[in-house]
Amino acid sequence: MSKTSYCAYLTGFISPEVKDTCSSSVECRSPPLIQFSQSSVPLHRNYILSTFCTEHNVQECLSHINQEVSSLGLPPVWTESSGSSEMNVMAVLNCMYDLIQLHHRGLRTLENMEVEQLKSSSNVDHLHCLSLLKLILNEQLELSKRGNTGLLERERQLHLKVKSLQNCLKNEKDEVQKLQNIIASRASQYNHEMKRKEREFTKLKERLNQLLVDKKEKKQAIDVLNNIGRADGKRSLWKTQKTEAKHEGEMYKTLLSDYDTRQREMLLENAELKKVLQQIKKEMVSILSLRKPIRKDDKHPDAGIQDEEQVFDSSKESVGLFSVHAREKLTNSIRLQWRRLKSHVERLDSQGSLYMGENKTDDAISRETHEEEMDRLKLEIQPCKDFIQTQQQLLQQQLSSPCDEETTSLLSNCYMLQERERFREEWKTLEKQRNLFERERRNCTEAAISINSRHASHSLPCARKKVCCLYLHKP
Amino acid sequence: MNFSEVFKQSNQLCKVSPDGKYLATCVQYRLVVRDVSTLQILQLYTCLDQISHMDWSSDSLFILCAMYKRGLVQVWSLEQPDWHCKIDEGSIGLVSSRWSPDGRHILNTTEFHLRVTVWSLCTKAVSYIKYPKACQKGIDFSRDGCYMALAERRDCKDYVSVFVCDDWHLLRHFETETQDLAGLEWSPNGCVLAVWDSCLEYKVLLYSLDGRLLSAYSAYEWSLGVKSVTWSPNSQFLAIGSYDEKVRILNHITWKKITQFEHPSSINNTKAVVYKEVEKRTAVGSDDLSLHITIGTALYNTRSKYEICPSPVQIPVVKPDPDRANPKIGVSSLAFSSDSRYLATKNDNMASVVWVWDMQKMSLVAVLEQTSAVRCFQWDPCRPRLALCTGNTTLYLWSPAGCVSVQVPTEGGFQVQSLNWHRSGDSLMLLGKEQLCLCYMDTDQEDK
Repeated sequence: MSKTSYCAYLTGFISPEVKDTCSSSVECRSPPLIQFSQSSVPLHRNYILSTFCTEHNVQECLSHINQEVSSLGLPPVWTESSGSSEMNVMAVLNCMYDLIQLHHRGLRTLENMEVEQLKSSSNVDHLHCLSLLKLILNEQLELSKRGNTGLLERERQLHLKVKSLQNCLKNEKDEVQKLQNIIASRASQYNHEMKRKEREFTKLKERLNQLLVDKKEKKQAIDVLNNIGRADGKRSLWKTQKTEAKHEGEMYKTLLSDYDTRQREMLLENAELKKVLQQIKKEMVSILSLRKPIRKDDKHPDAGIQDEEQVFDSSKESVGLFSVHAREKLTNSIRLQWRRLKSHVERLDSQGSLYMGENKTDDAISRETHEEEMDRLKLEIQPCKDFIQTQQQLLQQQLSSPCDEETTSLLSNCYMLQERERFREEWKTLEKQRNLFERERRNCTEAAISINSRHASHSLPCARKKVCCLYLHKP
Repeated sequence: MNFSEVFKQSNQLCKVSPDGKYLATCVQYRLVVRDVSTLQILQLYTCLDQISHMDWSSDSLFILCAMYKRGLVQVWSLEQPDWHCKIDEGSIGLVSSRWSPDGRHILNTTEFHLRVTVWSLCTKAVSYIKYPKACQKGIDFSRDGCYMALAERRDCKDYVSVFVCDDWHLLRHFETETQDLAGLEWSPNGCVLAVWDSCLEYKVLLYSLDGRLLSAYSAYEWSLGVKSVTWSPNSQFLAIGSYDEKVRILNHITWKKITQFEHPSSINNTKAVVYKEVEKRTAVGSDDLSLHITIGTALYNTRSKYEICPSPVQIPVVKPDPDRANPKIGVSSLAFSSDSRYLATKNDNMASVVWVWDMQKMSLVAVLEQTSAVRCFQWDPCRPRLALCTGNTTLYLWSPAGCVSVQVPTEGGFQVQSLNWHRSGDSLMLLGKEQLCLCYMDTDQEDK
């Protein structure tokens, strides 16, 4: 592709400004051949009649030329060996020919080099163009990228908008559906009512017709065997203005008593709640005042006010129940104390969490040890529980096991068995003793009787009596 | 727990007298009065037609029997069986009949709600109240029996009239800010009247006894609104159940909502105990035949017991038909325990589940999931014990200590369709389709 057409090809891509520079560069660059032919002329133009050799310096010139020619690698023009000062024309001509050849070669190389130079310069230009083009294209790419992101952003926003609009549409549709449902249900309700009313109307018309046709009208009547007294036993009163006023009065009395009870209830409730609040406040104050001497890092700038408050409120306790200001004061002080308590608890919490990380202090018990303790206790309890359960089971078994008559009769009073046995033994021994005593008594009485009969002849009345009494009084 | 034998009844008309001594039941056109403890028949009365409605007077001396088709009301005396009273409404017809709180007046609502006739049994005098409103609950008497609130509708506007029950003197008459008044109820202390709108508009209005509007509450607009309203016995809370499956509690001081209870289909609450009824069908030819002989000769004995389910629990939900009116969704039944400590609720699209809420902690305490739809539940009037039935042969009881299911030991099966506690809390009256059975509780609480 020729340079011009190549540049034209480039201009298709390049912006007009660049195109101009390129084309201008094309224009200013003239083709090398012309340049070369022109370049030959300057050689000719620059040719000056040389005053190198004169009549006087022929020998020097000859030797100089010889040197020069030999330096160029050509055979010498003149050798000193030939005695003649005349130059070898052949040698000179050869030399001249060689020089001309050299010159032509030189020119040719120059030409080639010029061509090469032109080529490389055009390449450089070309690369320059390309780099410019690249810059331009990069710029365009950047612009288009930016444009693209802008478009993407717009597209995303539009998507979001579409989504939100779709949501709105769905909501509206749902709303419409709901309203339609409502309308439908209301319509069915209205229709139902209409039909019912129409049915009633028709019945009414029929009845009216029937009544108009009916000759015999059945009148209303009441038939009571005898009048019965009023439930409360009182006589009924005539309807007068006085009774009407009485009714009004009673109505208002009912309403007022209802309001009264309500107010009383609310007063009680109020008093209760105020008492509770006072108590809470007192307790909060006591908790906070307990903590104060322990914590040295905290400052209570309003400690003085706190005490003041306490004193102030206790003196005005009864009044505080009824005035608005005292009520507000109470609620404000409760809020203040609560805030203090809350901050205190929060501080404790944070301190506690600090302790968890460090060694455990005497007071703080970490959760792990607590849980361990609990587990240990549970383990201890478990065998005891099992033991109790087995005992219960055995007891149950014992009580519920089926047994025959003998064993049941035995078991029926089993708890007293030992005692009963003991009592039986004792009874037996006592019986024995009783029998013994009986026998002895009989013997004694018999002996007494025999003694009596023997002493009847002897006169010992006193001794007899005594003896008789002695023995007879022993049953 | 002891069960009495089964008696016949018709129309679910069985009521214990207010003093708790007598039990009156209707069998077709007969009225049978029994002693509650011995169940001996004390009196037997015969009415002129099938009895549609029966009620005791407040002093337990008289019973009214209304026969709507014939437009007749007959009143019987317990003390004097010969005494009779018959009220004939004539051609105007009869739609409802009730006692006044003093037990000496009868209020009859005529057909088409043309008027309310007040008959006096003392003087045979008649009074008329015009334009009563035909709504879910148009008449309510205050608990002390002094006042009656009546809903009226004139010129397409709702009014409330407050009457003094003593002499039927109109105490107050005021317009209410409702679109279509559905019901009214006095607070137990008789000082506040709660008035609520129909389901098309969520509006609950609170009026003082003297007719002043204390507060208006509306939770939301457009969707179906209030389904049920109930006061707590201490008058401190008003519970409002609505179609959005939530219960909102208003307090009596500010009349603002203090909390709302939701009924989600999946329960994640770890503090609430979920009892699930599990049925066990055992064939008769099993080893413990001896046990079954006393119970009955059914081929299969369905015994059920409660199991505690760990959370999370899924509740079965039945989606109602969206095209029908009065859809089966929303909280339709609310009941406070007598100490106002607990609230039992039922959500219609989870019909087999009863939720029990603690009013002190304002949180869910227990969930009872039954195998079929809960038909009726009622709190013991003396202690926090809830009895419920689902139309099968089992009676279920919940108390904070636990839950128990008891099979009603009757031959041929007794489907418990509704129940009523005796005012002493010692016995329960179980009503089947055409049968009645009394259940006597043990004095000590039963544990699960």
